[in-house]
Amino acid sequence: MTLPDPALIDLHALRLDDARALIGHAGAANLPEPDAGPAVYLQGVIDSLCELSLKDPLTGLANRRHFRAVLARELDIVARSGNSALLLMLDIDHFKKINDSHGHLTGDRVLQAVARCVASCVRPQDTVARYGGEEFAVVLPDCQVSYGETVAERIRQSLSALSITVSPVLNLQISMSIGGAFAPVWVRSTADLWTERADTQLYRAKAGGRNRVCMDHQQVISVSAEEKSLLFGPLTMGEPAWIENVPNEATDSAMQRLN
Amino acid sequence: MSDVLTPPQNPPPAPSMPLKPLGKVLAITSGKGGVGKTFVSANLAAALAKRGHRVLVLDADLGLANLDVVLNLYPKTTLHDVFTGKAKLEDAIIKAPGGFSVLLAGSGMVEYSRLTPEVRDDFIRIMESLVPRYDVVLLDTGAGISDVVLFAVSLASEVLLVATPEPTSLTDAYATIKVLIGQQKRQSIRMIINQTARLGDGRAITVQLQQVLDRFVPGEPGRPIRLVHMGDIPADPAVRQAIMRRQLLMQNTPSCPAGLAMAQLAVKLEETVMPKLA
Repeated sequence: MTLPDPALIDLHALRLDDARALIGHAGAANLPEPDAGPAVYLQGVIDSLCELSLKDPLTGLANRRHFRAVLARELDIVARSGNSALLLMLDIDHFKKINDSHGHLTGDRVLQAVARCVASCVRPQDTVARYGGEEFAVVLPDCQVSYGETVAERIRQSLSALSITVSPVLNLQISMSIGGAFAPVWVRSTADLWTERADTQLYRAKAGGRNRVCMDHQQVISVSAEEKSLLFGPLTMGEPAWIENVPNEATDSAMQRLN
Repeated sequence: MSDVLTPPQNPPPAPSMPLKPLGKVLAITSGKGGVGKTFVSANLAAALAKRGHRVLVLDADLGLANLDVVLNLYPKTTLHDVFTGKAKLEDAIIKAPGGFSVLLAGSGMVEYSRLTPEVRDDFIRIMESLVPRYDVVLLDTGAGISDVVLFAVSLASEVLLVATPEPTSLTDAYATIKVLIGQQKRQSIRMIINQTARLGDGRAITVQLQQVLDRFVPGEPGRPIRLVHMGDIPADPAVRQAIMRRQLLMQNTPSCPAGLAMAQLAVKLEETVMPKLA
């Protein structure tokens, strides 16, 4: 692919005002001045827009779009590396009550405080996302079971210890329910199946009385949704060479008669 | 939830630990009930007996197997009487119509479905005295992964897993395979696919199961886990007929498609499995 000669781009012919205003409102820094050259300026605008499109405006966390991309990438890595990854789904307990009794601005403050708190509990390579409403998600790549359990519990404890100052006279206490699921190793699962398993655990945590962590471990005895989908789905691999292939003449002729 | 077979919440009891399997003992098991385990056990025994082998079929579901129903047998003396000291082992072994021997557990054995160490020891003792008298002993086990089933299977040197092409049967078969691999360190499991609709269905199913296993249940290095496809038994109206009449297919209509498949299965066992059992 050949790109057009940068010299041919006339910045005045492009309608960049809306984009610039959007970036300005979002407070994105480092937007180069137009006189830095058309390519540099345009690249700056594009980068800033990309960044905006991946962030949740309220909390500054990854938004759902970004989260889906991270999830897909992580599934890819897990399938190839054999190192499991953990997905946590978190939901603030009784958040509606906060909104109803203190107003939505207070609710927003709580969401922001929760976002900061969760982000401070994880490693730099982990992705914390606002999944929607008062629901958050964390993707932890290359995560052992013991570490994953520790982190989930750390998040839960940090949040319940949190005292959120929403006004000079009001501090709020909150708690969170957390559900977690490890991605099955050596297999390409789907983002939907993975989220569904974590969600199931979140419901368990809610049903079990909230302010708790529930994890879906890969048990030797259980058959995961991923395995089930493969049992009945088409597999592209060839037949293993050693599967015994003894012609079964009696059965064959009998089958032919039957059909 | 993703669990197909709900695993016991407590750590698995000692019986599921690998025991030293007895030679010449084949376990016939399944993940799901109603897939034809007892039907296969009885008719396979008849087919092997026809080929001149001394065969014993043992109700290893401790009274819950329907071997007596399938064979239309109502013995006065059962394994239960042997356990309680009322009868000698010899008196509990009876001749089945197909020319093989059966040892029925008797309804009283249900009490023993709690597998205490005493029951285990008694069972092992009985098995040890039985095995030398036969060319092959078939254990008709229960379905699924209860401790009784796992115990019975642990006594066998080879496992024949019966499944039908139905999705529920396959999922449960897969779960059982995982348990047998995980808890008993089985390396090879032999598959019999019952009630197949088309030629090649059973092989395709075995290959599919194998491929999912390869992805999810890596064996130890140098010890790959192998499913061996032993044969298909085609869906055949003659089977239903024989079952309803409580007769053996191998006596009733041995040359029907399912009967021929059963005979073929016996040949394959004779050629590939029985030499290893000795």
